[in-house]
Amino acid sequence: MSERQIQLEVLRYNPETDSEPRFQTYSVPCLNEWVVLDALNYVKDNLDTTLSYRWSCHMAVCGSCGMMVNGEPKLACKAFIHEYGDQIRVEPLANFPIERDLVTVVEDFIAKLASVKPYLIPKEDKPVSAGEFKQTPAQLLTFKQYTLCINCMLCYAACPQYGLVPEFIGPAAIALAHRYNQDSRDGGRDQRQEVIASHEGVWECSFVGACSEVCPKHVDPAGALQQVKVASTIDWYKEHLMPWVKK
Amino acid sequence: MSRKPYIREISKTNWFFSQPRYMRYMAREVTCIFILVYTILLIFALKNLAQGPEAYAGFLEALNSPLGILFNLAALVAAVYHSTSWFNVTPQAMPIQRGEEFVPGHIIVGAHYGGWAVISLIMLFLGV
Repeated sequence: MSERQIQLEVLRYNPETDSEPRFQTYSVPCLNEWVVLDALNYVKDNLDTTLSYRWSCHMAVCGSCGMMVNGEPKLACKAFIHEYGDQIRVEPLANFPIERDLVTVVEDFIAKLASVKPYLIPKEDKPVSAGEFKQTPAQLLTFKQYTLCINCMLCYAACPQYGLVPEFIGPAAIALAHRYNQDSRDGGRDQRQEVIASHEGVWECSFVGACSEVCPKHVDPAGALQQVKVASTIDWYKEHLMPWVKK
Repeated sequence: MSRKPYIREISKTNWFFSQPRYMRYMAREVTCIFILVYTILLIFALKNLAQGPEAYAGFLEALNSPLGILFNLAALVAAVYHSTSWFNVTPQAMPIQRGEEFVPGHIIVGAHYGGWAVISLIMLFLGV
């Protein structure tokens, strides 16, 4: 196993003592098989115990270790050292306020996620005794890719629109709303449309497409948002040109 | 312990220089200005055509200037970039599901290019 000395530049911010963030460089002996998260763990364990960052699963499932690696939104556990040079710059996820070091404030995303009701709202109440809600493989395929979202917020860090207009509901939340709207067992679309078909919803999106490019789970939020635009436009035409047609 | 989150300001005017993908996006957006100007030019062409053969000949002559040719070339490049960049993202906006499979994206994109070619040929045929 080959070892390489990496200069890890980390954006540090201590709310108790700092007025603004500053870079601190650590020299880290990295194995070529490591990911950026391993390098951060090395710093925490051996060089500087005060460094703060979030992580949990180390396998691109929990979505906790999202950060900017050389200016690109990445999961630190999926950013392999061998893909980078000897100098790696790590910053907190863009477009989010910095709580401390690499830890960001994520309340805004959590509130937006909750606002789109990302859960099944059954069309009608059914007693358990009536059996399960059945779904065919074709019905599952319609929304399956969106279920892979791990709420890591890389798409929000990549979205310039979210950076410029913080009211924007944003890629992941709308993609998840779309996921439930597309689910054959769901009847909650009208409730979600109030949030996602609004000005702060899909109409704030100008299809930069960056969200889908950076998604570590290959979800296509940009596609979901365009599909919601198409469906909302059809709703509008139906409502205004064919008011006799029921939704 | 009180919190003091730090907000990193984003420049409202030059944010798109920070990433090549933002530059590509802005390039796509800027191309619509050429299409707008070309559309206005077409309306002028119709106006001159309605005024009679002499007015229309004058209009054509004005277009034949180096500036006119340069603008038409630039508008052509812009329109091609605009169209192709949108064609290439159509599978994302309009996925087609057939049973337990999605129609491959390249077929949806290809259909757009095919439609474009057919319409262009018809226009060429009508124009010659």
